[in-house]
Amino acid sequence: MALARRSFDAVVVGAGGAGLRAALQLSESGLSVAVLSKVFPTRSHTVAAQGGIGAALGNMGEDSWLWHMYDTIKGSDWLGDQDAIEFMCREAPKLVYELEHFGMPFDRNENGTVYQRPFGGHSQNFGERPVQRSCCAADRTGHAMLHTLYQRNVRARTQFFVEWMALDLIRDSGGQALGVTALEMETGEVMILHARATLFATGGAGRIFWSTTNAFINTGDGLGMAARAGIPLEDMEFWQFHPTGVAGAGVLITEGVRGEGGYLLNKSGERFMERYAPNLKDLASRDVVSRAMATEIKDGRGAGPHGDYLLLKLDHLGPEVIDKRLPGIREISKKFANIDPVKDPIPVVPTVHYMMGGIPANYLGEVVVPQGGSPEAVVPGFYAAGECACASVHGANRLGTNSLTDLLVFGKAAAESVIKFLKENPGRKDLPKDAAERTLARLARLDNQKNGESVAEVATDARRTMQAHCGVFRFPDTLVEGVKKIRGIADRASRTQIKDKSRVFNTARVEALELDNLIEVARASMVSAEARKESRGAHDRSDHHQRDDVNWLKHTLWYKDGDRLEYKPVHMKPLTARTIEPKVRTY
Amino acid sequence: MRFRIFRYDPDRDEKPRMQDYDVRLDPHDRMLLDALVRVKEQDDTLSLRRSCREGVCGSDAMNINGKNGLACITKLADLKEPVELRPLPGLPVIRDLIVDMSQFFKQYHSIKPYLVNDDPPPEKERLQSPREREELDGLYECILCACCSTACPSFWWNPDKFVGPAGLLQAYRFIADSRDQATAERLDNLEDPYRLFRCHSIMNCVDACPKHLNPTRAIGKIKELLVKRAV
Repeated sequence: MALARRSFDAVVVGAGGAGLRAALQLSESGLSVAVLSKVFPTRSHTVAAQGGIGAALGNMGEDSWLWHMYDTIKGSDWLGDQDAIEFMCREAPKLVYELEHFGMPFDRNENGTVYQRPFGGHSQNFGERPVQRSCCAADRTGHAMLHTLYQRNVRARTQFFVEWMALDLIRDSGGQALGVTALEMETGEVMILHARATLFATGGAGRIFWSTTNAFINTGDGLGMAARAGIPLEDMEFWQFHPTGVAGAGVLITEGVRGEGGYLLNKSGERFMERYAPNLKDLASRDVVSRAMATEIKDGRGAGPHGDYLLLKLDHLGPEVIDKRLPGIREISKKFANIDPVKDPIPVVPTVHYMMGGIPANYLGEVVVPQGGSPEAVVPGFYAAGECACASVHGANRLGTNSLTDLLVFGKAAAESVIKFLKENPGRKDLPKDAAERTLARLARLDNQKNGESVAEVATDARRTMQAHCGVFRFPDTLVEGVKKIRGIADRASRTQIKDKSRVFNTARVEALELDNLIEVARASMVSAEARKESRGAHDRSDHHQRDDVNWLKHTLWYKDGDRLEYKPVHMKPLTARTIEPKVRTY
Repeated sequence: MRFRIFRYDPDRDEKPRMQDYDVRLDPHDRMLLDALVRVKEQDDTLSLRRSCREGVCGSDAMNINGKNGLACITKLADLKEPVELRPLPGLPVIRDLIVDMSQFFKQYHSIKPYLVNDDPPPEKERLQSPREREELDGLYECILCACCSTACPSFWWNPDKFVGPAGLLQAYRFIADSRDQATAERLDNLEDPYRLFRCHSIMNCVDACPKHLNPTRAIGKIKELLVKRAV
């Protein structure tokens, strides 16, 4: 079957923070760009970010990008690449100012500068005391940022393909990326978008877990497409559990609550974080706080009738501060926890929030894979930025506020790399004959499937398995069993059946195609987690309690083909600063 | 729990119909969207938009027992059965609960929804006092769900000519921003019998907004500025 085809200089897949920042750069440079998004851009999941953007502006007291870099490396439990981290922390202030110039409605100080709040793991003078580094718009920073970036793209006349789902990455025999196949949801039409450069900004995949702060759309589409096209996925064992998801609902309560002075209590009313992190207490990094909470619950000190959650107290901040700085949290608590935080504490539980791993990339946003003896050969024409990419700035644990920083810095950097690549490579390569073959086979399989299970059934089992076997605490036997189970579920996912055969806005088909992506992410995560015999950042194993820098100071690379694993070194050398040497991590 | 849901698939149906569903809920299901996910597990042919499930992305706006709202923050306990669900009124239906929002976004884009400031940007941030910043509260929080505009009779009658409450709220968001320099052009752009003045302060928009914003007040302020400018 011959598919319709359109040609562009660049295709950007995803219109969240990273995709929109990249799109802006590309549109303003005069290139022909197509930006594909499963949802209208302002519905992307960046919209749900609450607490702020990390940047050492120093508006509230002395700060420096070097301290931000130190905090990020320590937060990453030394798995982050120090060149990429230096790049991000140095660029951050510039990009926050630029966002302000775009019209972002930041909160303000009396002197008119951008207000910054404290956040977990961010410190002054290499861990000495907390610093106010998080630039915010109340507790709606992601919303304000995403809308501002969209508005700026309206001004730049960016061409959006709204409610188009990218299905597969097209590569030629030399491995060069040449665009994507994509489904227009409204009509059911499948098209080839032929591009000289392809940039993935497809976001996270938290929906592979049962309980997550992530939106329904976070199904790891970019990772699935990359894996099917032979690109490995990096550090997929590292999943961040955010300490404060609303118990039972999963909805996020920003760390900004603790930044503004809130704290956690167990069932006896004890401020237990003092025992686990005597210095930064409730503002220790997220992996530390989540583990402390899980320990409290495990040891019978959880609150509630089943002892399965903890309490986030903020009433002492007073209604004025809560309404000014945390209005969204008050709204969410009333709706999803049936309490008003002005009077009562919020029941919270560690909840899957962020994927530290992703498509292997360097600090320029170029996708890199082992090839011809190099651990990091550039894949020509292929770029990745934001949560779907692993640059790696977050290593084994991301600091709060660094995700929005990552979107801005690497969205722009990846776009600049695209511009440079297009200048240096003026021609357009032909599409391979089999460009759409994988996509058409997937669609035909789904259309013709008989006696298969429903997508909801298989997806539910995958999510339950990830939750039970790949949680805050991990055990050798449950990991081994988890690998077996998830392989079985992957097999079932290849035989799902949908009843809806309509061409028009067929969301059953979309969900089935999303499951193909989710399942690759789940397999990569479970296999990588089983193999890593140490505890580092968010990966905590009962049989190897310590970080093991001798054997495991290295990045995992998972290949879909045969669940094969490879490893590559961590970049310990920053661009200009001195290496931050690994040491014991305490808060 | 019982539901009556608007169904229409142009690929199969000659005309729309209402379909009844009886759904067994899970004890954790508390919002309308949770119930719709159950419905979809039973019948995967039901199409709707949804994403964040916490009222910030604006995807799952629909007409719920006659009133526009977001399914993800509408509590099941507050709904009378059978719960009647229809697509947002006044926009063309693509399928089931999914409407074509092109006209809505066209109006949003028509107000030039971006900051205009031709001064060379300073090295750091442009300064804005907390008081000036407060002027944006109640405006910038809009999630573009279209609950307001599709509850507005003036928008139903003239969707191509009347900007509608969502677009006008955003027009005022930029007028109110101390950093924006295009107030005069923005007012010119709205000084028109249809674009602004089709608003007759019916206030359905205020009632419908799931974020408790007040487009009517913002429209009133734009009208005031136009009057001031005239005298």
